[in-house]
Amino acid sequence: MTSMTDPHQGQFRLSMLLYDSRYRSMTIQIVALIGFLILVFWLISNTAQNLAELGKEPSFGFMSEPAGYDINQRLLEYNSQDTHLRASLMGLLNTLLVAVMGCIAATIIGVIVGVLRLSPNWIVSRLAAVYVEMFRNVPVLLWIVFIMAVLIETLPAPSAFRKGEASMALWDSVAITNRGVYIPEPLFSNSLGNIHLLGQSSLRFDVSLDLLAIAAVFLAGILTSMLIKRRADAIQESTGDRPATWYWRLGVVVIPTVIVLTILGLHWGYPELKGFNFKGGTYMRNSLIALWLALSLYTGAFIAEIVRAGILAVSKGQSEAAGALGLRPNRTMSLVILPQALRVIIPPLISNYLNLTKNSSLAIAVGYMDITGTLGGITMNQTGRELETVLLLMAVYLAISLTISSVMNWYNESVKLKER
Amino acid sequence: MKKTAFLGALTVASIAASAAVAQDVSTVDQIKERGKLNCGVTTGLVGFAAPDANGTWNGFDVGVCRAVAAAVLGDANAVEFVPTTGKTRFTALASGEIDMLARNTTWTFSRDVDLKFEFVGVNYYDGQGFMVSKDLGASSAKELDGATVCIQTGTTTELNLADFFRANDMSYEPVPIETNAEAQQQYLAGACDVYTTDASGLAATRATFEDPAGHVLLPEIISKEPLGPLVRHGDNNWGDVVRWTLNALVSAEELGVTSANIGELGASAGDNPEINRLLGTEGNLGEMLGLDAEWAKRAIMAGGNYGELFAKNIGEDTPIALARGLNAQWTEGGLLYSPPFR
Ligand SMILES: N[C@@H](CCC(=O)N[C@@H](CS)C(=O)NCC(=O)O)C(=O)O
Repeated sequence: MTSMTDPHQGQFRLSMLLYDSRYRSMTIQIVALIGFLILVFWLISNTAQNLAELGKEPSFGFMSEPAGYDINQRLLEYNSQDTHLRASLMGLLNTLLVAVMGCIAATIIGVIVGVLRLSPNWIVSRLAAVYVEMFRNVPVLLWIVFIMAVLIETLPAPSAFRKGEASMALWDSVAITNRGVYIPEPLFSNSLGNIHLLGQSSLRFDVSLDLLAIAAVFLAGILTSMLIKRRADAIQESTGDRPATWYWRLGVVVIPTVIVLTILGLHWGYPELKGFNFKGGTYMRNSLIALWLALSLYTGAFIAEIVRAGILAVSKGQSEAAGALGLRPNRTMSLVILPQALRVIIPPLISNYLNLTKNSSLAIAVGYMDITGTLGGITMNQTGRELETVLLLMAVYLAISLTISSVMNWYNESVKLKER
Repeated sequence: MKKTAFLGALTVASIAASAAVAQDVSTVDQIKERGKLNCGVTTGLVGFAAPDANGTWNGFDVGVCRAVAAAVLGDANAVEFVPTTGKTRFTALASGEIDMLARNTTWTFSRDVDLKFEFVGVNYYDGQGFMVSKDLGASSAKELDGATVCIQTGTTTELNLADFFRANDMSYEPVPIETNAEAQQQYLAGACDVYTTDASGLAATRATFEDPAGHVLLPEIISKEPLGPLVRHGDNNWGDVVRWTLNALVSAEELGVTSANIGELGASAGDNPEINRLLGTEGNLGEMLGLDAEWAKRAIMAGGNYGELFAKNIGEDTPIALARGLNAQWTEGGLLYSPPFR
């Protein structure tokens, strides 16, 4: 072993930092780190100094000042005397509302279209392809504005209902106007009332005991139904016969829920034309509808492609094998193909949910009061606190995105291939 | 090698840093060097600021920008008009993207003090009004309980509206909108019952409707909206230039100096000493401002004096048909009152 020279030890020279391959990468990394830190420090100190020169030292005190403006869609009670913090909370809830509605609708659209694209029927698969290409290749902002314009220009204004030129749909229970859609709302005549939480603070909210009661009964029903399923599985394992349980499983969910609803005195409040607008019912503003539709159709097109790719990724032999075992096509889909396709689908699905949520910040184009419209819009404008509001806004979106991706990653863990 | 490159990068960075921090070059010098005044205006409000078919900006606020450009640069066309919305205008001014803002902007305490701007005066005394379609049959703003109201976001309008409805114990549905053009579209399609903004803006918007007579302005004026040009805090001399250009336009009307007779009056000193000082044939007011003697003369020649600008863009002979009202000279019972040129 004389052909190999021992590494020099103990004779460290400075030049070795550059010329010795053992140290070089370390040197480069440290230099890069120092450079990066200097850049960050420079940016921060420069900003701070410029702001100080303008007399605008960063401060978040404005969040507890009265906001002074009204918000049309508020999921909690709010008026213009409430603080900017509460106005931001209204915006946040609106963002979450449209994001959740959008993710659900986009997934449904995406799965349906993705499966249809693989349809052996030429027309159906072409139509699905046209949909995908149309929505995927036009910026979502244009879709939002376009759908809003269509809603405003083509639907009747409330005054048309007054003059009798338009009438309500579905046996006078739904009013479709160019300001939005009014649908019947559930009301309870024996309401249990609300619990008020957090007193008078900006984050106060009410919890409806009615909803709590309904949710509790419903969940208990679902749990029982799952127990019944487990028992049926066990019987099938041991005897090979599966007892018919669907009516039990349905009954334990539906019957108690109906009983609770009856006890609470469920009835429907219908929209009615009163004065300038419809009153009563649940009002879905056109801004919400336009944003929701545009985001779901746009993201749905991407999800359709993901679903298609996921299904194609499951090799043909799998379905053939399932067929050879005598599984019917729908069981093949649910027992063989989908569980495997999901592994491919979920990771890109997460990023589409994230995109949808972030794209919802385009809401301002149609005047939907999301968090960008309240905190990043009116509050920023009325208080002039650009830096602070934008920092808060970034923190909020970061938090939402991290939450979505950790929940989805957890779900991904549970469906992914378990290698034992 | 590497070390020197790194050190070089460091020096560049530190120079950049110091340059970015020390912006001590005066605004007037920056404008002169650039050869153009960056003036923030509306995205389009006929009569106040809107581009015509050839892309040339016209209007009452535009006139102020042009007068300032003429005073500083000697060329009323050396203006880069930057369209701003209610929301973007203050960021544009604070960040230095524009040198001045002339966009129907209300002078309020918090904008002046907290947002760190300097309002140099008032070029239109206004108030917030309501416009409704005649079909609605409303004759007073107090009858608007439950109405859907279109408003531009980022404005004083938004705040006044909340206060007004609250004080009168009425409810309403606000529809926040970014620009006047979108508001107009939604209002005409019946997506809102009411459009509210400064009364002058309502008149200007209504003038562009196909059927202006089908819409009425309700009698209530619910706020004071003194609209005027503004600049950033920090360069008082620049503030003075804009302030006294506006005052020059107002004084010119008071003193009877018009674009028609200014050539004659400015040629040599006449018998009215204030006119002489204004037009630079006497004294050294221009020099005190850091400009030449004829600055005000050029500003007035750019589009005429205040009265001419008003008559040409928004006055009674235009489709907008605004009366002088509060915006008449103090000698005529109005509020226009320029401090003396001496
Ligand atoms: N004076 C109010 C309102 C100003 C405002 O937004 N005015 C409207 C109508 S008068 C406008 O100029 N719109 C033109 C645009 O949308 O660009 C303020 O300063 O906040």
